[in-house]
Amino acid sequence: MGSETIFELQSARHLRDQSLSGAGVATPQAPVGETVPPVRTIVLDREPTPVRPPDERQAVRVVQETAGPERLALKSVGVSYAGKVAVRDVSLSIHQGEVLALIGPSGCGKTTLLRTLNRLTELTQSARRSGEILLDGEDIHDLVDTELRSRVSMVFQQPNPFPMSIFDNVAFALREQGRRKPGRRELEPQVIDALERAGLYEEVHGDLDRPALRLSGGQQQRLCIARAIAMRPEVLLMDEPCSALDPISTGVIEELIGELRRELAVVIVTHNLAQAHRVADKVAFMYLGDLVEYGSVRDVFEAPRAERTREYVQGAFG
Amino acid sequence: MRERLRKPWPDHRAERMLGAVSLLFAVFVLAMIVFVAVRAVPIFHYDGLSWLTGSGNLENQVSTMTNASVGARPSTYALSAWPIIYGTVITSVIAVAVGLVIAILASVYIVELAPERLRRVTVPVVRLLASVPSVIYGLIGVLVLVPFFNEHLITTGQQESVDNVVQLTGGGLGVASLILTIMITPIMIALICEALITVPVSWKEGAVALGLNPLRAIRSVHLRAIRPAIVAAAVLASARAVGEAIMISMVSGGKFFSPKPIDGLVFFYEPLRTLASTIVDFHEGLASPPLRASLYAFALLLLFAALFFSVAGYLIKLPLRRYQTRG
Amino acid sequence: MSTYAQPDGTLKGGRRSSPRSWRWSDRIVLVLAWAVGILLCAIAAGIVVYLAVQGIRYLSPTLVFSRPQTSASQAGSGGFLDPLLGTCMLALIGTAVAVPLAVCAALWIVEYGRPSWLARVVESTIEVIAGTPDIVIALFGLSVFELGVFAPLSFTSEKGGVFGQSLVIAGIMMSLLAIPPIFAASRDGLQQVPVHLREAAFALGKTRITTIRRVLLPRVRSNISTGVTLGISRIIGDTAIVLLLAGGTLRIETQGGVPVLNVLRGTTGSLTTYVYENSPAGEGGAPQKAYAAAFVLLMFVLVLNLTVERIGRRDAANSGAALTQGVV
Repeated sequence: MGSETIFELQSARHLRDQSLSGAGVATPQAPVGETVPPVRTIVLDREPTPVRPPDERQAVRVVQETAGPERLALKSVGVSYAGKVAVRDVSLSIHQGEVLALIGPSGCGKTTLLRTLNRLTELTQSARRSGEILLDGEDIHDLVDTELRSRVSMVFQQPNPFPMSIFDNVAFALREQGRRKPGRRELEPQVIDALERAGLYEEVHGDLDRPALRLSGGQQQRLCIARAIAMRPEVLLMDEPCSALDPISTGVIEELIGELRRELAVVIVTHNLAQAHRVADKVAFMYLGDLVEYGSVRDVFEAPRAERTREYVQGAFG
Repeated sequence: MRERLRKPWPDHRAERMLGAVSLLFAVFVLAMIVFVAVRAVPIFHYDGLSWLTGSGNLENQVSTMTNASVGARPSTYALSAWPIIYGTVITSVIAVAVGLVIAILASVYIVELAPERLRRVTVPVVRLLASVPSVIYGLIGVLVLVPFFNEHLITTGQQESVDNVVQLTGGGLGVASLILTIMITPIMIALICEALITVPVSWKEGAVALGLNPLRAIRSVHLRAIRPAIVAAAVLASARAVGEAIMISMVSGGKFFSPKPIDGLVFFYEPLRTLASTIVDFHEGLASPPLRASLYAFALLLLFAALFFSVAGYLIKLPLRRYQTRG
Repeated sequence: MSTYAQPDGTLKGGRRSSPRSWRWSDRIVLVLAWAVGILLCAIAAGIVVYLAVQGIRYLSPTLVFSRPQTSASQAGSGGFLDPLLGTCMLALIGTAVAVPLAVCAALWIVEYGRPSWLARVVESTIEVIAGTPDIVIALFGLSVFELGVFAPLSFTSEKGGVFGQSLVIAGIMMSLLAIPPIFAASRDGLQQVPVHLREAAFALGKTRITTIRRVLLPRVRSNISTGVTLGISRIIGDTAIVLLLAGGTLRIETQGGVPVLNVLRGTTGSLTTYVYENSPAGEGGAPQKAYAAAFVLLMFVLVLNLTVERIGRRDAANSGAALTQGVV
């Protein structure tokens, strides 16, 4: 616990209790798709690392070196489902040319945070969001949701290609833009381009009309990536994209991410620390809804500041 | 002996008993085909397969048959039943085609668009429409719709245009198809709704995450995915449509006439009969051998049609059910 | 500030894409889907309300409880007690025959079902029975029960001609209408019983048949009830079988002297044939009586529907399955 005094512990706990909208003790709310471990089994014999008051955030670094322009700015973002807080007071910056990895144990809110970035949390009726999220300076909730999602794309944990041909899958979003439905010849160059950028074109170029569901798992996921980047989004969100795949496909996709980040900002949620280390430029470590640590990958993995982070990256829990 | 029956049966005997009961059904269907076919033989004997065509005047043929008694001349067995086959086909086709569109729209409404409170009303409504007896549909048809058609829709000019051939009395293709559509749509709604619910959520999420609005997502992904279920719905509804007897008998105008599409709007006012409604209309004449053979021939045709549709629908539904096993 | 702000300062959602920016075809579909949804409710309400208005107008206790008379005038033609009793008796007989057959078949399919091609055959034949038109079932019944061997069951003329018609014959054939729903409901119920329950019973050394009787059947009682209710609903709504097989007579005519058997062997009508005969399609002339009887019939159907709903809600079953159960 280092330099914390009893006073800081008490004030931090006081702040934590206050920030909840009357819900009493913070119970970690399961974001969609994650299981929540009960609080007691994780906390060993002490309280969770208290959230530091805003002016004392030593673990959340301000990183100077960035690769490209800022795409997404998060300011004090909080998300709750049905009154239970899933994400609390997260501020981050996401830049083009970089991969940001969101890491943390199950139930820490990383997937919820990811899904907030393209407002997919709105599919749940009881979701509430606080704070600001700016895409290129515009607040995302002022944008029309369909337009937002064409600029901020998502790839899911389970590959979910539609029950159509490969071509139709990739062309799917392209067809829905605008009032008129573009013809196949118009779309072909864009589809091929997307498949090339996703590293899938060589394997499927022979027959683009094959049903997508006949591809292997790794190929399906790359197809989903191609589908997501076909519209040239600014940000690509990836929710544990490799967790359902075999190691070889995982490697292929990790390489792909490395190339994709040149033209996009990539945010990837992963529970695989080695993957985060391989793939990411920046890392954000979350725990029970709080952003505990944020910095470059080297800093967070090799010189973590918060005790929790050190425990996590050294594999104590998670 | 009673002891043996009272003790719990060993498994193999129980299995055989239950299996025998189940086989009864298969035996039953076979018996149905055989018995009905046997009674229809005289018609095939006399006409061969030509009774399916429309070469003779069905009206006269049926009245001859009605007046015939046992030991009638063979020529009374002449039959050309095309008008009522045509009537069956046209009412069913219209009802299934229109009903399918309505059912898809209604299912989209129920599964996607309706707020919870409205959904809780609409689902029982669909079930209610499915369970209203056909005679009640017929009653409202003959006491409300037929007079409405007669007094408000059919003009004197239209009446006169077909006066030389047939008289328009309000009952006919329009009323029959309309009510038949309402009767078979709930079946299709139920099947399509069930299929829509089983589409994986990940597809809808994926489509929305790509920037589609929810309705567009349903149209582009779900409706494509449930195409087999839509076909199954149409097929099963067809089985129901061709077999409807009482309602059609009450509202179709009761004439052996084939409505002509050339007549334009009048097409929907022209009377007709279907295979099933003919059986109902003439069931009192079953004592007359030629008429009885004809009615059984119609029943055989209906049986084959229903058999075909039911088996086809079952085969289409079979792979779909595998995705739905729970528990 | 924003229209999406909640009282505690959080945001509920953001700008949604409004239908105004959608494609034309999407907008049309939206409007049509809503229209269809409302239309269906309107039609159902229309049917119920119209029948209620007309039915209540002409309904009276005398109608329900007096027997029909053949008479030239409206006033003398009595009520519909006989048809009402006919409906009840037919439903009773039909259900009594259908339940054991359907439940046995469901048990065999789920618990045994070997060889599997045979199971599929049985299932598809029950689907065929479900899809068979009722007049075909009626004609088939006639052709079977006309055989001399069934003479004791049916209405016979003085000269000994076997008509192949009687109340009990109609009841037996009506069971075919009820078998598919009971079978489907029982089968679904049995399939949902978790495997570990059966395994626990076997581990205790019980035979399969005992397991069935003591463990499984009680659990699927509500499913069977749902099926039975749906079957009854189908039976009382049928007209063709009553017309052709039960004689469709105005009053219950008995045959012979033995107390209960004479009714069973006799002919009867039902509410459905009563409505049919009194409408312009039948003898005509008495639409008021037809409305009254139709209203009573519809009330029966509504009550049965509500029962199905209540059982379904108690089960907390999947809403998707609940919809199909009442309809297919």
